Amino acid sequence: MAKKGDWVRIHSVVLKADERTAKLPEDTQKCDLEMWTKGFLQEDAEIGDVVTVKTACNRLEKGTLIDDNPYYTHSYGVFVPEIIEIDKQLREIMQFGGEE
Amino acid sequence: MALAKDYASVMGRNNEIMKDALGLDYAEFEKSPIAFDYDALMKSTGYTLEEIERIQGLHGVGNTPLLELRNITKLARKYAKPGYGARIFVKDESCNASGSFKDRRAACAVAHAKKLGYKGVMAATSGNYGAAVASQAAMQGLNCIIVQECYDSHGVGQPEIVEKARKCEALGAEVIQLTVGPELFYTFLSVLEDTGYFNASLYSPFGIAGVETLGYEIAMQCREKLGKDPDMVVCTNAGGGMVTGTARGLIKAGCTDTKVVAASIDLTGLSMASDVDFNKKSCTTGHTGFGVPYATDPDHSDVPRSAARPLRYMDRYTTTTQGEVMYMTEMLANLEGIERGPAGNTALACAFSLAQELPEDAVLVVSETEYTGAGKHIQPQLAFAKENGIEVRFGDPSEDKPGTNVILPSNPGLIKCKDADLKHFKESLIKKSVKKAGVEPTEADLEFLAEEVKEDVAFVKAALGL
Repeated sequence: MAKKGDWVRIHSVVLKADERTAKLPEDTQKCDLEMWTKGFLQEDAEIGDVVTVKTACNRLEKGTLIDDNPYYTHSYGVFVPEIIEIDKQLREIMQFGGEE
Repeated sequence: MALAKDYASVMGRNNEIMKDALGLDYAEFEKSPIAFDYDALMKSTGYTLEEIERIQGLHGVGNTPLLELRNITKLARKYAKPGYGARIFVKDESCNASGSFKDRRAACAVAHAKKLGYKGVMAATSGNYGAAVASQAAMQGLNCIIVQECYDSHGVGQPEIVEKARKCEALGAEVIQLTVGPELFYTFLSVLEDTGYFNASLYSPFGIAGVETLGYEIAMQCREKLGKDPDMVVCTNAGGGMVTGTARGLIKAGCTDTKVVAASIDLTGLSMASDVDFNKKSCTTGHTGFGVPYATDPDHSDVPRSAARPLRYMDRYTTTTQGEVMYMTEMLANLEGIERGPAGNTALACAFSLAQELPEDAVLVVSETEYTGAGKHIQPQLAFAKENGIEVRFGDPSEDKPGTNVILPSNPGLIKCKDADLKHFKESLIKKSVKKAGVEPTEADLEFLAEEVKEDVAFVKAALGL
């Protein structure tokens, strides 16, 4: 249950796939044009309800409630061993720390 | 009565919405169905270079350091013939308030919006420009909405773009995120109409005039530090604003012999409007998917006439690969001690190769760096590539296939930029302009087209088979 005033994320469909008339590749033509935004919830609601939020710019926007207290999870990614190889190679070529 | 907000109705009001949102009537610059008065458009900002410097100076923008990359120069010389290998410098644009050269564009656009009395600014961008507009809006006390193309149809976001959304929000902006497709423009227009905000377009004359200070500073810093003008300036090219603005600034400083070279990551084969291809890219900007269409058809942007017209200014157009850019980003960190975002290092990758064509006493300047952070860094970008089934391995960059692999050069000697077919791009712009207008070009049109591509009328006539 999300409370009125919570910071939430909403989702909506701007154009259904069959409403898309722009020149699009076939794969994109099959997809809806979807939109996400965030704001303060205007009434108590459950995830999945259609709600109204007030955005950071005080706009009222409607959509399906998908997340309460949303946060970012992007990161520096998992270890990529090739990067260490690059570092080692460059430092060797440049003889950092002097010749062996 | 409330206005109809369906797709056709909103798109049908495009001209009126834009006129209101730009505070500028582009119709007054039109000279014929083909030609318009580019100089008058650029002068319409009403700001001199000195005024722009002042505006930027008040808002944490400009006067960034020009750093000499001594170790990278030394390394490039190992692969050049004796006596060759220009001194490589980089303009550390990550030192601007929000971390990229885009602050130069945003500072002017936001100051202008404020002067005209708008309550907020909007921009359609998945790049650093969003953070730049958000940052300037915060400094200058305006509201800000950024519209991004961010996710594929499975809701998977490009890590680089997700980070840019986070940064915009951190700076107080509202971010609207969309799935792939050019109809982003519909959402953008619709919100622009509802809010009455200023369209802080990347392609407005204010935006481009803001970049002129970059070229001007490069000239002045080279003269001060080195006692000479730069021989070559390499600019990453996507929408064309960097090339256009930097070159115009160099010209204003009197650098008549400096060669301006554009650099893009070659993403040939990946469709920019494809839902499937969207997350097969390992770099989301600085690539040919933006660079070529915007160079050859500048007016398909979000303003009636783009002020970014790179074919008027570039002397060469070079390409590199995603793997080479990733490698150079790591090189910049390891050999020069500065960790910066990959996309901004596109020009650096080309510069490493171009420097080897120039004598040792030549000065080559790379026009930018950009900030780095979670998502916007070679490790998450390469990790994301692997997650999406892209093969990441060492090899010869000539084996690069965008969307299939990312080839990290087996050694720095394999980093070689390629020359794109600039003549073909110029011919393409000429043909597209005439085709779009649907009229026979007049003598004045031919002269306009010659200026558009930095060639003479004979070149234009040959391109049109006249």
